[in-house]
Amino acid sequence: MQNMEALPYFPGCTLKQRAAGLDRSARDVFSALGSPLAELPGWNCCGATFPLTVENLLDLTGPARILASARAEGTRLAVACAACYNVLRRTNHLLRTDADKREKVCLFIESEYDGDLEVVHLLELLHREIGYGHVRQALRRPLEGLRVAAYYGCLLLRPAVEVGFDDPEDPVLLDQLLAAAGAAPVSYPHRGECCGGYLAVRSEEAALEASKRVLTAVSAAGADVVVTSCPLCQYNLDRRQGIIARQEAGFRPVPVLYFTQLLGLALGADGEGYRLDEHYVDPRPLLRERGLADV
Amino acid sequence: MEAARDREEQHAGHGGEARAGTGRRIGVFICHCGSNIAGTVDVRRAAEAVRGLRGVVYATDYGYMCSDPGQALIRRAIAEQGLDGIVVAACSPSMHEATFRRTAEAAGLNPYRLEIANIREQCSWVHQEEREEATRKAIALIASLVEKVRGDDPLEPLGTPVTRRLLVVGGGIAGMTVALEVADAGHEVILVERGAQLGGRLSQIRETYAALSPLAAPLETLVERVREHPRIRVLLESEVESASGYVGSFTVTLRPALPAAALAGDRGESNQAIGGTQYEVGAIVVATGYELLPLSRLGEYGGGRVADVVDALEFERLLADGVLRRPSDGRVPRRVVFVQCAGSRDPEHGVPYCSKVCCLYTAKQALLYRQRVPDGEAIVFAIDVRTGGRRYEEFAQRAVEEGHVLYLRGKVAKLFRQGDRVIVWGVDTLAGRNVEVAADLVVLAAAVVPSAGAAELGRRLRATTDELGFFREAHPKLRPVESLTAGIFLAGAAQGPKDIAETVSQAGAAAAKVLGLFSRPELVQEPTVATVLEELCAGCGLCVSACPYEARSLNPRLRVAEVNAALCQGCGACVVACPNKACVVRNWRPEQTLAMVGAVLGETPYRSPDAGE
Repeated sequence: MQNMEALPYFPGCTLKQRAAGLDRSARDVFSALGSPLAELPGWNCCGATFPLTVENLLDLTGPARILASARAEGTRLAVACAACYNVLRRTNHLLRTDADKREKVCLFIESEYDGDLEVVHLLELLHREIGYGHVRQALRRPLEGLRVAAYYGCLLLRPAVEVGFDDPEDPVLLDQLLAAAGAAPVSYPHRGECCGGYLAVRSEEAALEASKRVLTAVSAAGADVVVTSCPLCQYNLDRRQGIIARQEAGFRPVPVLYFTQLLGLALGADGEGYRLDEHYVDPRPLLRERGLADV
Repeated sequence: MEAARDREEQHAGHGGEARAGTGRRIGVFICHCGSNIAGTVDVRRAAEAVRGLRGVVYATDYGYMCSDPGQALIRRAIAEQGLDGIVVAACSPSMHEATFRRTAEAAGLNPYRLEIANIREQCSWVHQEEREEATRKAIALIASLVEKVRGDDPLEPLGTPVTRRLLVVGGGIAGMTVALEVADAGHEVILVERGAQLGGRLSQIRETYAALSPLAAPLETLVERVREHPRIRVLLESEVESASGYVGSFTVTLRPALPAAALAGDRGESNQAIGGTQYEVGAIVVATGYELLPLSRLGEYGGGRVADVVDALEFERLLADGVLRRPSDGRVPRRVVFVQCAGSRDPEHGVPYCSKVCCLYTAKQALLYRQRVPDGEAIVFAIDVRTGGRRYEEFAQRAVEEGHVLYLRGKVAKLFRQGDRVIVWGVDTLAGRNVEVAADLVVLAAAVVPSAGAAELGRRLRATTDELGFFREAHPKLRPVESLTAGIFLAGAAQGPKDIAETVSQAGAAAAKVLGLFSRPELVQEPTVATVLEELCAGCGLCVSACPYEARSLNPRLRVAEVNAALCQGCGACVVACPNKACVVRNWRPEQTLAMVGAVLGETPYRSPDAGE
């Protein structure tokens, strides 16, 4: 891998608040690998997934402004949060393919932008540019024998035509990264099933059911830890385990980490700012036991 | 002799004696088309106006020129006025040019000295509110066609011979049926098959819907008949390397088939080391059939990596064994889930269409499974069950009533292995519930897709395939067995999903088309094609690359361009490309065109040096 310029990076709102551990660990990982992330100046909220649920161009001005200002910084924009990634990729796709809508949106945000920015997820960068081989060489504390359930969720994978991240039916990028870091990814069929997403706002019961399916499968597969790149998935899967444990006698809670948290520790970071103490299922005993963190 | 005639016409095309003394007695016939034309164009005034044009000796108008009395009017005028050229001012030439040319011919006038001035589509219909301008435009259009007729040569249709030998590509039921029909009628047939044996997909199927009749014996008889037929030459493990020529006279090069792996990888590569053999044929039938969408393309159904998940053809093979056993451990499956529309009707898999045969064969397979394993359970997931066809609905019903097959209306979302079973996640849309089934065996009705290499074969034959790789027919309703290339016909699933009966029907129709072609003594073609004025041609070859129909080549000895009149469509691309003005399309000579433009603009008609006035 070549030593790269600092990468324009969009953290997003959640990574400044609840998911600060994702932001901090993502920066650690890329610094350790020689390609530090450079936060996009003056960024705004991407609108979470809402801009794409309604037929209203005004809602696209948020993500469009991000894309236009990132284009002024370079040709690529790195994103860590799966939800932001989904919104930015899909908005970009729309602006690239629909000249009519692009013209209207650009008039509104008073910027020229023709959709030629490349929005990349950190996983894609690690895979395509830095290389999993380089990740392996840079390991300080390999995840030897750690049984990891790679969880992709919906937002990284779908809709495939617009997002184009990995095979939505059989994603492998996260599993391969974890294997490169020395871990043993477990096989389970629910890696791309929905965690419940925002459903909890409307029906806690339905959201619980969705999370439960995923977690039961993870637990049955004998995973030590679940790994994700989405703050919402992390929250849903982490938070609901208490309820599931009360309902199901045999349920074994499993910590839920961001993939960057686990990778950051494996690359030698000390876990400072990872907010591991804020997780509902405490990951620290496991991490201490495996010699990955002293926190 | 033909070459001599060709040369004669080239001279005529150059503007020589053939035209001297003609073009001076032109008649103009203006059609009212009811009120279609006469409602807008003042036809009386137009007739009056064109009577004064140079060369026009007769002009009249009539209600419906294409009617019998209208045509009789033209015939009578030709005889009485001694006309040697005619302009019919009426509808588009694509409507009635052929009609009126036949009329002229019947009255002894060379049909190529009749032209149509389109004053309906290109005048009255588009200028309904502007009577004055429309009338002036009609007069200008007629004047322009009068100028064209003045320069038109009397032409004779071109005749090309027919090679009465057929090439059939594909040795399945479609190809074998065509081959036998044509060979039995007395013609030679070359049957080329990529695989090692004849029989195609049918040899993988034991019993057919809806009668559950066994196929092996009749298929064997058919294969024997093809192999023993004195006029059929079977070339196994062979394929088409290239093809050139045209209807009635193709030259095809056949070569040993490349292994399937090479086909999937480096397409279009021709293996010079092996070398091909050339054959002359007059017609080609494409009968390359289908294959099933590879399971690797169906990620949600395990991508082919989940044990005991098979496609329908693999299940046919399992049914063929004495005891039905599943692949993984040889156990008799107690519960089988059949998944219809595995890839079909799903644009995300690149298969937006219905594969048509799966509903019926799934019913058949479920029924056969229940007969083999009487205490077994068969569950079918279907979006809906399409049973169009004679006795097909009754057969599907038989699967439900006699076979106790459970049909669930809905798609399967995902399947995966759990222990020694396959877990199937689906939905029952009638009950509005998600369904989870633990199955011993899952059969996927994978989509019917074109055979590997079909699109490449299409390129080699210049018979186009559609965006899905199926061969395109000339017209979906009216010319369903002809490709867009004359002399190339289609049979079977190469054109789109079809069941056996439909395939055999279409194969018969293709054979009839071939026999019709072979029954003609020669093929007749429009003579309005391009010619080369050899004394002007510098042999630069620009016209060769400009020609979209591969009708041009350079004569290596004479260093001049040559036209293959059978391929030329008279488009004129060569005329534009030629820097020496050595390319001329018959009856579309440059001076004719300029005279036409001049007439439209109301200028003094361009006088060509040899125009004779």
